[in-house]
Amino acid sequence: MPNRKDFTNGLPDPIALREEILKKYPAKIAKKRIKGIVINDPNLEQEIMANVRTIPGIITQRGCTYAGCKGVVLGPTRDIINLVHGPIGCSFYAWLTRRNQTRVPEGGDNYINYCFSTDMQDENIVFGGEAKLKDAVREAFEMFKPKAIGIFSTCPVGLIGDDVHSVARDMKAELGINIFGFSCEGYRGVSQSAGHHIANNGVFKHVVGLNDRERVGKFQVNLLGEYNIGGDAFEIEALFEEAGITLLSTFSGNSTIKSMEYSHTADLNMVMCHRSINYIAEMMEEKYGIPWVKVSFVGAESTCKSLRKIADYFGDAGLKAKVEEIIVREMAKVEAVKSSIKPRVEGKLAMMFVGGSRAHHYQDLFGELGIRTVSAGYEFAHRDDYEGRKVIPTIKIDADTRNIEELSVSKDETHFRPDLVEKKAELVSQGFEFKDYDGMMPEMLKNSLVIDDVNHWETEKLIEFYKPDVFCAGIKEKYVVQKAGVPLKQLHSYDYGGPYTAFDGAINFYVEMERMLATNIWKMIDAPWKNESELVGSMTIEY
Amino acid sequence: MRKIAIYGKGGIGKSTTTQNTVAGLAEAGFNVKVVGCDPKADSTRLLLGGMAQKTVLDTLREEGEDIDLDDIVKVGYGRVRCVESGGPEPGVGCAGRGIITSINLLEQLGAWDEKYKIDYTFYDVLGDVVCGGFAMPIREGKAEEIYIVVSGEMMAMYAANNICKGIKKYAQAGTVRLGGLICNSRNVDNEREMIEELARQLGTKMIHFVPRDNMVQRAEINRKTVIEFNPEHNQADEYRKLSRAINENTNFVIPNPLAMEDLETLLIDFGIAN
Repeated sequence: MPNRKDFTNGLPDPIALREEILKKYPAKIAKKRIKGIVINDPNLEQEIMANVRTIPGIITQRGCTYAGCKGVVLGPTRDIINLVHGPIGCSFYAWLTRRNQTRVPEGGDNYINYCFSTDMQDENIVFGGEAKLKDAVREAFEMFKPKAIGIFSTCPVGLIGDDVHSVARDMKAELGINIFGFSCEGYRGVSQSAGHHIANNGVFKHVVGLNDRERVGKFQVNLLGEYNIGGDAFEIEALFEEAGITLLSTFSGNSTIKSMEYSHTADLNMVMCHRSINYIAEMMEEKYGIPWVKVSFVGAESTCKSLRKIADYFGDAGLKAKVEEIIVREMAKVEAVKSSIKPRVEGKLAMMFVGGSRAHHYQDLFGELGIRTVSAGYEFAHRDDYEGRKVIPTIKIDADTRNIEELSVSKDETHFRPDLVEKKAELVSQGFEFKDYDGMMPEMLKNSLVIDDVNHWETEKLIEFYKPDVFCAGIKEKYVVQKAGVPLKQLHSYDYGGPYTAFDGAINFYVEMERMLATNIWKMIDAPWKNESELVGSMTIEY
Repeated sequence: MRKIAIYGKGGIGKSTTTQNTVAGLAEAGFNVKVVGCDPKADSTRLLLGGMAQKTVLDTLREEGEDIDLDDIVKVGYGRVRCVESGGPEPGVGCAGRGIITSINLLEQLGAWDEKYKIDYTFYDVLGDVVCGGFAMPIREGKAEEIYIVVSGEMMAMYAANNICKGIKKYAQAGTVRLGGLICNSRNVDNEREMIEELARQLGTKMIHFVPRDNMVQRAEINRKTVIEFNPEHNQADEYRKLSRAINENTNFVIPNPLAMEDLETLLIDFGIAN
């Protein structure tokens, strides 16, 4: 197997590595797997296989549909009670594990630190759990008087056929607050991605549009697909506030259910994590005429680009000037830190296998430090996240996707914004791009290896081949990778770090990379027995 | 102790056949226990003279884990010990899981204790093998002999063949074996020959051909087995023969289920030939 080479004149062709990875698989699996491992050429239109079922027996990074629905999309909203209908484990192990932060104003509700579960027992499986679920809803209501309760189905609920939606309807009528259910049983889809879609549908159907709040700002926007891990959303919120942009609601970092109710009064939707939230963006455009753009606040350059994009959209001279003022001031700070750290980490190699957009966004941050991404892939993304939205019409709809309800959305005649449609048409004619996501692959280096749903076997081989300086994934991969002598940065939870968005976040990330990479510690951690001769001893046993 | 499970298509007469056979064994002096594995809880009605049974799962639900065996075991005709596992109402919960819970609980409570000197345990299982829970009696050796109640009707034979697939699956890893087919006649043409041939192809035997007789219906209306209701009747003798056949049976096999085409050919050969 070829060893790590000097990569200064471009990345080596990893075809031999791919061969070696595939050789281990049975022929039928190798035939399927090769479609998910693409040797990137940004000048070609390459197809990657994504969002298909993981082959049983392969140690995947993926999570379940329930995790995507309850944990990812609804989890960060602080004033909704997220009640898990199922055995206790599903709830307990999803309790406060995502580091999504929230800032509670004086007297505000916050249930994020609680764990709500129906704790189903054998008896509830045999006789059905609907009665227990109703009791749990009543109990939660009695204790907390929340504004809303979401009910999340775990695997057994689907097997025994408890109807969480009818329970939600009954309880809504009885208690007079917003209550809705999600059929997000863990096994329902290929990965957590199905859960995102189900969550999007539920929030759109039961929350968005409930409250027609009066306009409060000149530039009203929503931020979609930002989950406030490690305080990311706080950074972005501060930027908007300074620029005079009114953030109505974030889906769903540092958010409230009420803010989602009036989110349909926005002038623009900005999509951060395309994979987990594009559905709501699409449906809001259809129903209310609100256009959406793809943004990213991961990386100082991306932040500048995104801020300028918002300013260009509104076309307001004052806003543009304010944005430029912020950029100049902040970039000076960023450059000062970057120039001291970059020489110490430049030329190092990174790999990232995470999420449905983070593996893309974080390449920008690494790029700012001169760290190259040699291999990357998503855990649960679809082809459009790799190849760009232009491939959407060609994506084959399989049975797993059909399993998820597709909402039919029509124009809301009273709230539809023809002015925004007109604005969009005019901007498009000037070359402004909407729904502009070209995916990760066109922005990656030639010969970089793009792998969907990477598994542990492939991870080991990648590390052997590239000997990367840093590997980005999640907790399930962390210690396996670190035992191979490669530091792992978690990009789900940020380990204990963050925020990494916007300008201050970028600085945080630079400092973190300096801490992790400008050190020789990882070369010093060989197990003692690797370097020592065999120990021989003897003992005497007296009878 | 011999542990027997009776399977077969829904409505084929499993419960009736089981109870009448059990009555025959009890009459012959054997100690028998019947475990009804049907949420409807009607597997011991004829032995108890009505549906007076409180089910295991209902008791578990109402009284918690602290259950006395006497709460759930009732002694009926011929000192037969009767248990109904019970289950949820139709369309709710998971009856299969209920069977598992209930059999485990019975074992935990010592329902098969030496002191009862049980010679036979019969599990009367709902319908086809619909899911893992209903296969419980044949998993882990809860039942070791399976008899399938069948008739000459296509769907009954189809179900029997399907059940054989389930038995085969568990037989390879455990002790369960097929003891034979019981033909509960529906007066189909060539019924006896057809079921004998089906049994042969499955690698087993038709252990008894129970003719159709209205006496069964009349006994049922009176909440009794035929043997108890009208011991002199010819049909009572048929059930005695069946119970003897089971008692004397030594032919236990891993069945060899038929392919769908073979099953259809069998029907054409025996059915349409006339």
